[in-house]
Amino acid sequence: MKTASGRNPKKSSRREFIKKSLLTGAGVVATGGLAEAYLDTSASGSGEKVKVLTTGGEIREVDKAHLHYPRVSIKESKKGIPRRKFVMVIDLARCKNARACVQACQRGHYLPNGQEFMKVYLLQDTENTAPYWFPKPCYHCDNPLCVSVCPVGATYKRSDGIVLIDNERCIGCKFCITGCPYSTRVFAWRHYEEFDEDSQPYSPEASSPGVEGTVSKCDFCPDLIRVGKLPYCVSACPMGVIYFGDIDEDVVTNGSETFQFSQLIRDRAGYRYLEVLGTRPSVYYLPPVERQFPVDRGLDDLDEEVKARYKNTPHLKKHNL
Amino acid sequence: MANDSQPTLLREFAPQIERTNLLQLIWIFFLLAVIAVGFYALYTQIAEGHIVTGMRDNVVWGIYIVNFIFFMGISYAGALISGTLHLFRAEWRKPIIRIAEFMTIIALLIGPCYILLCIGRLDRLYYLVIHGRIQSPITWDVIAISTDIFGCLIFLYLAVLRDIAAIRDFQSIRIPNWKRTLYRIVALGYTGTPEQQERLHKATDIMAAMVISIAVIVYSVLAWIFSVTLQPGWHSTIFGPYFVIAAVFSGCGVMIVVMWLFRKIYRLEKYITRKHFVNVGVLMLVLAALFGYFTFSDYLTKWYGSEKNDELLINLLFDKYYWLFILSNYIGVLMPMLVVGLPKLRTITNITISAIVVILALWVNRYLIVVPTLESPYLPIQDSRPAWIFYNATWVEWSLTATGIAIFALLMTVGSKFIPIINVSEMEDKPVPEEELLT
Repeated sequence: MKTASGRNPKKSSRREFIKKSLLTGAGVVATGGLAEAYLDTSASGSGEKVKVLTTGGEIREVDKAHLHYPRVSIKESKKGIPRRKFVMVIDLARCKNARACVQACQRGHYLPNGQEFMKVYLLQDTENTAPYWFPKPCYHCDNPLCVSVCPVGATYKRSDGIVLIDNERCIGCKFCITGCPYSTRVFAWRHYEEFDEDSQPYSPEASSPGVEGTVSKCDFCPDLIRVGKLPYCVSACPMGVIYFGDIDEDVVTNGSETFQFSQLIRDRAGYRYLEVLGTRPSVYYLPPVERQFPVDRGLDDLDEEVKARYKNTPHLKKHNL
Repeated sequence: MANDSQPTLLREFAPQIERTNLLQLIWIFFLLAVIAVGFYALYTQIAEGHIVTGMRDNVVWGIYIVNFIFFMGISYAGALISGTLHLFRAEWRKPIIRIAEFMTIIALLIGPCYILLCIGRLDRLYYLVIHGRIQSPITWDVIAISTDIFGCLIFLYLAVLRDIAAIRDFQSIRIPNWKRTLYRIVALGYTGTPEQQERLHKATDIMAAMVISIAVIVYSVLAWIFSVTLQPGWHSTIFGPYFVIAAVFSGCGVMIVVMWLFRKIYRLEKYITRKHFVNVGVLMLVLAALFGYFTFSDYLTKWYGSEKNDELLINLLFDKYYWLFILSNYIGVLMPMLVVGLPKLRTITNITISAIVVILALWVNRYLIVVPTLESPYLPIQDSRPAWIFYNATWVEWSLTATGIAIFALLMTVGSKFIPIINVSEMEDKPVPEEELLT
């Protein structure tokens, strides 16, 4: 399956995976590196060899076809990764709507165009305040209304703070979509060819393959976390806008920089969006101060189709952009 | 015990049951045609997915939900009108109570189907039972509606039992044998012994009281599905009672229109008189006032405080939806009040016309509750395909809406072919003396 970028998403994600595995360092906060268990030796060889890092710290060369990090079962996906409480910090001062997070997320989760887990808004709080780019994943709230209203328990909150959806349980009533005040959830209004990618079994941790008539959303990529990788959006962002980490370990990283979470929030006046609603999100924002880019830079090089998505924003209307 | 000389009234209503004239046949075929188109629309939706509807990621609920609220409202109104009038032994109820009972059960069977149309994975519907979570208002709704359906079926059955037994005992009625057998089975051996009468009477009273309370619960639960969310415009404490009032209000409108139709079709001028229209009309007037009051309170507080998202919603309602808002919340409230309130205007035709306006206004009112809220969420709709932002119902949704109305009309028509549309047994009962009313 080819995506808009023309690259095979699986190959590219594996390449990244290997690169990341080799570069495993202080930045990676999640559980362990690549365990031997992830090598599926039952598959027949393709002849192409790749290097991987084992849990013992040694680099081994294995056949590419044997490289297969398994997805956990639906039952297992309800538990959460032990002793973890994930948190995300988004630095609004750095975002210029490069959309690498969106594209990586789409590829990684095999999503069709128009069904985005990650969205980038052009917000402007009032007429007299400055507009800014605002990436919005799922907030994985600690008081998730979407979970409360689900009639069949298809969406659930895990011990590690992640809210997932089991699309084999979801009946598609869309109550969770109206329950979420952040417009985070999307519905599969029909079958898309992207859903046909089924080389691996379905797991709520991967949100793939998608299923027509069910709800899906950003999942914080626990399948990647389990193999010591950062979520797609975090590692894809060229500006290092998105930090991911563990609130109990008090550490977040964007892959190249690592911060103490509490200090970062304190120093940069971090906040959560629409705190007034009482949903208690796991995603924090750093306000767009001392910005690295003028806001209009975010409109450069956008596809016409994508640019049209912003045409009704007050900023574009005001400046006839 | 019943002999042929006794049911004089039934003799008059027998032709309804015996014959279906050409015009009625055409009417039934017309309704079946509408329903057939609806089934094709349903097939399209199942085959191609919900993409054939106008619903998208922002407006995830459209006119299916509006129809759900609408039909449930009619049902509730029927239950409340028939239940209350029965309990209060209101004499004038007798010729129209059967219409209310029919409305209750028929609308109740149609309403929940619209929820099914809205569900993405109908094949997993039974998960609602096997994986049901009591924390979810949808589970409350499943419990409430299924209880309501059973309650109303029992109530209706008790209400028609005496008429069915009367038809069974009415030897000279010209109906085919299979129908005769059907009446015999359904009548459950009711012969009208004093003991049976006593039991039936008690059971009907109990069910009438239960149907009223269940209906209040069902409709409040339905309102809570909206108001438990944080969405601007939905997150309102007033929604439970507001929906209940709106339901009875819309149901009164439907009741009047159905009364008018049956009166014309079966020439019931002798039984359903101006008095009935005025009485139900007065009920409609009172409810219009209450409905207007609730609507005003709800929008006034939103507008006056003008919290950012409430303000966006109000602006949307007074801009894009201006005329619909005027129709549903001004004309729909004022017209029945004027027409029924001013004795000069209080004619059968006028009351019926204002009832039609009320029905339209209340349907639009529900539309304005469901759709504009979803079009003005907390985060402005951005980074979304422009074509996916606003909601426009497609032919599939309209066709299935028409199908619901057609099924309602069809079941009303067919129902009146099996059971007299006027409760002949109650009509022949003596009025309850006033001093016994409260015992």
